[in-house]
Parts: sequence; structure tokens; C-alpha cells
Amino acid sequence: MEEGLIEESESGNSCTDEAAPALIAVHPTESSVVVAVGSELRIFDLKGDSAVSPLDELGGPHHSASIRAISFSSDGELFASAGDDKIIKIWKTDSWNCIRTVQSEKKVSAVSISQDSQYVTFADKFGVVWIVSLKEDRDTKAVPILGHYCSIITSMKFSPDGRFIATADRDYKIRITVFPRNALKGAHEIQSFCLGHTDFVSCLAFVCSQDQSKGFLLSGGGDLTVRLWDYISGSLLYTCALDDKAGILEASEIEENDKRAVTDICASSDGSLISVAVQGFNGVMLLSCDLVAKTLSFVKNVSMEKSFIPTSLVLVSSKERLWTVMGASNLTSSDLNNNNQRLLTRVRIISFLQKDPLDSCSRDPALLEDSQVPGGEKLLMQLQGCLDAAAQEAAFAAAAAAVRTSLQNMMIKKQYSVERRELRKRNRNDKKIKS
Amino acid sequence: MSATARLPRKRFYRARAHSNPLSDSHFPVPICPSDVDFASHYPQFSGNPMVRFADVGCGFGGLLVALSPLFPDTLIIGMELRDKVTEYVKDRIHGLRPTNPGHYNNISVVRTNSMKYIPNYFHKAQLSKMFFLFPDPHFKEKNHRRRVISPHLLDEYAYVMQLGGILYTVTDVDELGDWMKSCLQNHPLFEPVGEDEITTDPVVKLLTSATEEGQKVARNGGQTFMAIYRRVASKED
Repeated sequence: MEEGLIEESESGNSCTDEAAPALIAVHPTESSVVVAVGSELRIFDLKGDSAVSPLDELGGPHHSASIRAISFSSDGELFASAGDDKIIKIWKTDSWNCIRTVQSEKKVSAVSISQDSQYVTFADKFGVVWIVSLKEDRDTKAVPILGHYCSIITSMKFSPDGRFIATADRDYKIRITVFPRNALKGAHEIQSFCLGHTDFVSCLAFVCSQDQSKGFLLSGGGDLTVRLWDYISGSLLYTCALDDKAGILEASEIEENDKRAVTDICASSDGSLISVAVQGFNGVMLLSCDLVAKTLSFVKNVSMEKSFIPTSLVLVSSKERLWTVMGASNLTSSDLNNNNQRLLTRVRIISFLQKDPLDSCSRDPALLEDSQVPGGEKLLMQLQGCLDAAAQEAAFAAAAAAVRTSLQNMMIKKQYSVERRELRKRNRNDKKIKS
Repeated sequence: MSATARLPRKRFYRARAHSNPLSDSHFPVPICPSDVDFASHYPQFSGNPMVRFADVGCGFGGLLVALSPLFPDTLIIGMELRDKVTEYVKDRIHGLRPTNPGHYNNISVVRTNSMKYIPNYFHKAQLSKMFFLFPDPHFKEKNHRRRVISPHLLDEYAYVMQLGGILYTVTDVDELGDWMKSCLQNHPLFEPVGEDEITTDPVVKLLTSATEEGQKVARNGGQTFMAIYRRVASKED
């Protein structure tokens, strides 16, 4: 009797657990934009000015559960998507045809394509990073290359020169591992650990300027800091605490005692412009990195409409534009007349066009109106699901709260009572895939 | 179902629940190796003391006590998960020091989970010896991932070890012995230590004789299986 009740409240919990944030990715030349929300991949081809539906001519399944990670390759020719349905799909971006579907034993939390586009790596929720080679036969299984013991990998990025792979986890750690030529044998040589975050690490971004041979790494986390690292040695160069930055406390709708976290970060390749998304903040925080002095400084906040809390950011350096999206896998239209309940997202873009080319400090970020967005209404309709997303304030506010709760549930290890634990063990379904 | 449940505040040294699900205790975890106050563990050693030997799963401290006089200028740390056992080792060391002036100042113990927090305690290439004596075999295949020697964890142990440093393992469970040897053999950063070197290494006989576990195995006439490997450089270019 009591067990039944426990089961019910468990499933009640799992609804909020599954509020997966919407993600956005943009081709390096901005020829296409992808928003992943729930199990949908919404693609807009900016060059051809049309919406695109991804195909799987090999007959593989489309994503059937929330997509948790997406990534373009550095040259833009490939795109990878993966998530709670335990599959990773690799797409060619010219035709948006799926060239490979890889099976994972566990839900996937991060995906990345190597700099030479030869390998795709993905991290599962048990902390193991797996790899497939795109040169191999399609049916070849993924092999594990490294593991963060008993932790969830929140972010995984390759260094720009392709020599290293950085993985961050919920146990406050960032590991920098040498990515070997024959990566299928495993990545066993750890270059460094970047230790310093006092809470989970949520996002990573590599930075290196052209005149500097050294590379740097930026990270953001649940301790509401952005940190700058020399990833070769693992030294912490600078910590920028965001909790005292102007505007964040006033704009925040979260109660004082709730934790706020950095949820996403992206940087121009020279580090001069860093954009940060923070839970509870309806906008984007801009920072700047001085790679010579090795410091980070706060530049300003760019506020957006109330309730628009970006869930994913991507910077297109070539066009000086920051694309942001807000959405969640449980965010549907509250329009009762609309029987077709589509998942909603809201896309906003910030432009960093320099007014005076001679003065790099005169960059004034401008939030683009819907009419100024590349691709216009067609793009917004395809990616957002509707054109009046701005009017759905209440729905967005609820989604923001759900995404925040699900992130916290994922990052803080749950403590179960002995009875609950035994019950959960009985219902385990992480069977190994039979070869 | 409240979506805004309060979360506890975190101290600088976070307190985390024990990884062992059967116990509810907490222990502090250092954010990084520089945060560990090793000086307080070895008060007779001035300056910035660097630990060089680590006994992973040190149990009741038998190996620590046996190693101490053999390497009086080397700092040795034991790492143990169970709180009562850690307290025992602390009390043992604090009892030995005053009754043996000038001795046992180079050994100490911390309570921690070595499978998660070794990089939190040691810098890159800090250790010259690591010991894994009679680890938990975790017989069931689904529990193999809980074994302290595994392909993934060897990456971390290799990271904290110096080139040329030696990793010692011993067990009385032959299946576990095969497993550990195979993990080490297949790992690109470890190579087996030659037989002749093993016979001249004064530490080797302690593996089976110094600890309570080892003595029990000897009493019962059981066999022990050792795998002793050296940390080497990566072979890639």
C-alpha cells in the first residue's frame, strides 16, 4: 500500500525532472540554424530561406525523447544530436540526411565532434565518454574512452587545435585529457584537472587569440562564477563572481535562498566577448577576457523581456551575432483554440556590430526585433512554433521554473531512504546491449 | 509537489554524503590539492610537505606503520572510506608518536573516497608509490564498476603518479588478481616491474605481511596474487 504511494509521488517527480531545456546551434557560417526542443529538431536553412525536415533514409528512428545535446562540427558539415532516448544521430548538414545512428547504454548528456570530423564522442549519464569513428562501418558499436567516476558529464568540448578534450562534471571537476591519434584505444593520458569550482560545472568554452600560442578555457557553474583556466597546467587564472553584478538581483524572480547557476557560456574565439546565461536572469551577461593580463571583467547585462530566460546560447563570430533560445520540453502553447499543441520556444538575437571600426570598445550590443531577424518570420515560425511567443509570458515563466528544478535535480545527488532504494534497484532497466 | 524546495548551504569544504549507500555519514572534500592542509598531518615536517606514498584503502593502518620506519623522510598518507576505521588509524598514529619519539611522524590518514577524490588531494605526478592492498572484490558483474582498479580509474592514478613511480596491488581472490593485472597490462601508461626488481624491493614483502588482512590470509594458508607495475610515459609521438 505504502509502496504504491511512493511510486505515485516518484512519477510526479519525474515530470519535473524531464523539463529539458531547448537548445540552439548555428552553422559556423550561419547557413543554417537548429533548435532542439523536446524530441524535435527544428531546422531552418538560411541560405535557401526555408524550413528543413531532417531525413533518415537509412530507416533509423527519429528522436523519441528529449534531446539533451547538439553540436555542429567545426567545419559545419556534420551535426550531432543525442538525448534521453539513448541514441546519437549524426547528420550531414548539406542534405540533413542522417548518416549514422549510434546506440548508447544510458541517456546521453553531452555530444561533440572532433576537430578533424573523424570522431563523434558522447557522454552518458554515468560519466563515461564513448567514441565512434565515422570512418568505420555503420554498425560498429561505440567504445568507452574515459570516465568521470559516478558523475554526470555536463559539458564536453574539444580544444581548438584538437589535441585535447575537456569534460566537466557535476562533482565540480573539469578534466583535460590528451586526445590521441588512435582515439578508439581510449584517452588515458590526463593533461590536467581544473579544480576550483565550488559547485557543479555546467558549461565550457575554449578561447585562444591569434597572436597567443597558449590556449585558455572558460567555465561556468552552479557557484555562479565564470572561471578562466590555463588548461595545459590546470591553473585557475581568474574567477569572476556573478552574484554581485548589477541588475541580477533585481531582475531575478527567484527567492533569495534558491541557488542560481550559470547555465551556458559562449565566447568569441579571442575571448574579447563572452556571453553568459544565468538561471533566473532574463537576458544575457556579457564579460570580456584579457588574455594578456589573464583576467575576466564584467562588461554589462543585456536584458530581454520579462520571463525570457535563455536556455541556450551560441555566438556566430563571423556575423557578430549571438543567438539565444528559451524553451523547454514541457512548454506548450496555452492557446485553447489551438488543438495542435506544439512545443514553444522563443528565439532572440543580439547583434554586436561595431559602430566605429577603429574603436573596439564601441561595440554596443543591440537586441534585434523580430522584423530584423535573419530569415524573418519564416525562421521564427519554424524554430519557435508560433509568431506570438512573446505573448506567452506565463507559460515561459512556468517553463523556466521547471527547467531550473530539473537542472538542480540532476546536479544534486538524490538521497533515498532504504526502502525507496531497494524499490528502485528492483526496477532498474539499464541492461547492457547484447552484441 | 513543491518545485522550489530549499537546498542546503554549502561550506567551502563541502560535506557530501558517503558514497557507500549503507551509511549516511559526511566527510569534507578539498576543492583542490593546494587546499589540503598536509602540514597539520605531519607537524614535525616544516615547509610545504609533499606526500609521496599513498595507501588506498589503508584499513587499520598496518602498512602505514610498517612503511614508516623504512622511509623516515618520506611522507605517507593512508586513505580510508569508513569513518570508524579512519578514527582508529588516527588514534593509533597519535598513540605511537609520543611513545616512540622521532618516529611515526611521517604517516597520517584521511577519510575519503579514493575512487572519486584522488585528484582533489594530489597534484600531477606527485606520488612515487601507490598501494592497493586486498581491495573489495565486488564479485557480481554488475558491481565490477565499483572495483578500485579499473581502466578508467587507472587514468587518474597514472595522473597523480611520477614517471617511474610504482603501483602495488595484492589480493587473495584469484579472479580479482587476474582482473587487476589485466587492467594494468592493458593500460598504456603502466608497465610490469621485472621479477629481479621485485625481489630486491623491500616494500614487496610488506604487501602480504604488514596488514591484518594479509596476516589472516597467511594464517589460513591462502594464496596471494600480486601485480606490481611502473608508471611510464605515453608511447604516442
